Amino acid sequence: MNGVPLSWYLVLSAILFSLGVAGFLFRRNIITIFMSIELMLNAVNLTFIAFSYDLRQVNGHIFTFFVMVVAAAEAAVGLAIILTVYKNRGTLNADDVNSLRF
Amino acid sequence: MDLILFLAFAAIAVICALSVVLQTHPIASALSLVGVMGALSVLYLLLGAEFIAMVQVIVYAGAVMVLFVFVIMLLNADAESPRSTSAMAKALGLPIFLAFAAVLALAVLRLFPDTPLVRFGEFTGGGPADVGMALFTRYLLPFEVISVLILIAIVGAVVLARKEID
Repeated sequence: MNGVPLSWYLVLSAILFSLGVAGFLFRRNIITIFMSIELMLNAVNLTFIAFSYDLRQVNGHIFTFFVMVVAAAEAAVGLAIILTVYKNRGTLNADDVNSLRF
Repeated sequence: MDLILFLAFAAIAVICALSVVLQTHPIASALSLVGVMGALSVLYLLLGAEFIAMVQVIVYAGAVMVLFVFVIMLLNADAESPRSTSAMAKALGLPIFLAFAAVLALAVLRLFPDTPLVRFGEFTGGGPADVGMALFTRYLLPFEVISVLILIAIVGAVVLARKEID
């Protein structure tokens, strides 16, 4: 039974994280931007789990659990904000929501 | 077997992540994100994190993504309209992204040059019993604090989504 080097998991996590960053930067739909943030959080979770395996400890799982809880709370609040923005502005385009822009 | 499973699900995760970023319709992005989360949960199982893999499927792919799809359908979001970008932004975007990904991956490979092999079944401390034991002894205070965070998030979501807010 052959294994996989741990660094491959870390590289996969790096690729997923940079895809999340790219999506965050060049999407214009607020909901898609939000999903890119979730993608980045998932990539970080994979790193936690990989190192948890490497160190033979359960602590990384606990941190992943907390990240998931925070992500769920963030999704609830963020989507409520998106609903409010849409109600007030009638748009989901991040470029049109620029009242605070200098 | 480990290698095949890892490569297959890593490929699924990367392809779905690309799809999340490149699709113009939010529903397509959301469904691709479900694919990423499903593939990641298989990788968690390979790493011995059984509890986290199940939580990933139930909470992330289930609850959070249903919330996303619900909001997308509620707002009747349609495909993103093409935006006017400068020629420089179009030319530089992909190289900068590739450079960023390459720097991250190279940094990982440099920092951890000879990592041990991951074999399925070698680490079995990630079941519900082990996670629960750590969560309710050593991490009891963070666990209680995070429940307050959830309570605040619920109140915040209810206040924000009220009808008469302006």
